[in-house]
Amino acid sequence: MATSIRIRAKAKGNEVTVKALITHPMETGVRKNKKTGEKIPAHFIQEVKCEHGGKTVVNAQWGPAVSKNPYLSFAFSGAKAGDTVKLSWVDNKGKSDSAEAKVK
Amino acid sequence: MKRRSFLKGTLAGSTVAVAVGAGLLNPRSVLAAWPESAFEAKSVQDAMSSLFGTADNKTSGAIKIKAPDIAENGAVVPVTVTTKMKGVSAIAIIAEKNGTPLAANFELASNAKGTVSTRIKMGKTMDVVAVVKSGGSLHTARKNVKVTIGGCGG
Repeated sequence: MATSIRIRAKAKGNEVTVKALITHPMETGVRKNKKTGEKIPAHFIQEVKCEHGGKTVVNAQWGPAVSKNPYLSFAFSGAKAGDTVKLSWVDNKGKSDSAEAKVK
Repeated sequence: MKRRSFLKGTLAGSTVAVAVGAGLLNPRSVLAAWPESAFEAKSVQDAMSSLFGTADNKTSGAIKIKAPDIAENGAVVPVTVTTKMKGVSAIAIIAEKNGTPLAANFELASNAKGTVSTRIKMGKTMDVVAVVKSGGSLHTARKNVKVTIGGCGG
């Protein structure tokens, strides 16, 4: 399900700005199902990693307080147009996904 | 609707979170790197000391937090933290009065810029605290965000 991530990387001079949107419910685990009164189990992304040229650029740890369908953006130097950046995530249920984008 | 139940959840969160946490331990243990205790900490101080090993910090003017003054929807509050400091190794975003305040921590490699943005959930009006780890010490900045419950004033 490589469709959960939308990622863009844009170079400006020596800097590359990466923007990504991930489709994920980000359940906190404290919300209740209104009809049954049962708790909806927590389901959220715990780690997001961005790699460039085999090196980790950003390694993020998230809690359930990150919004549903999370957005993230950051920038780094040392990449140029045509390079590939890879973004991957792992959630608390052990699911994961990754996507790659070419720097434009 | 979602927002309301989230708010309720935040209030009840302190008592419930422990139980919830226990149910989640299995999948989490696979990811040793995820700082579970920091995300379960109930105060800003605890979260910081659990995450960075110390809660000693200095308020810094070199950190900028871009977040709305008034957020109509507490479930989606865009936050951008920018710093001009050098040698930034991590930026954490903490929502002070959430049941578990730590929202996100970004570990940055040496070639990454001191800028991260994301969107977080906030249970009520509170300060967003940005913690920047630079040169081994912690620097913080705060910004108050008003969360309008119900979405249309009040």
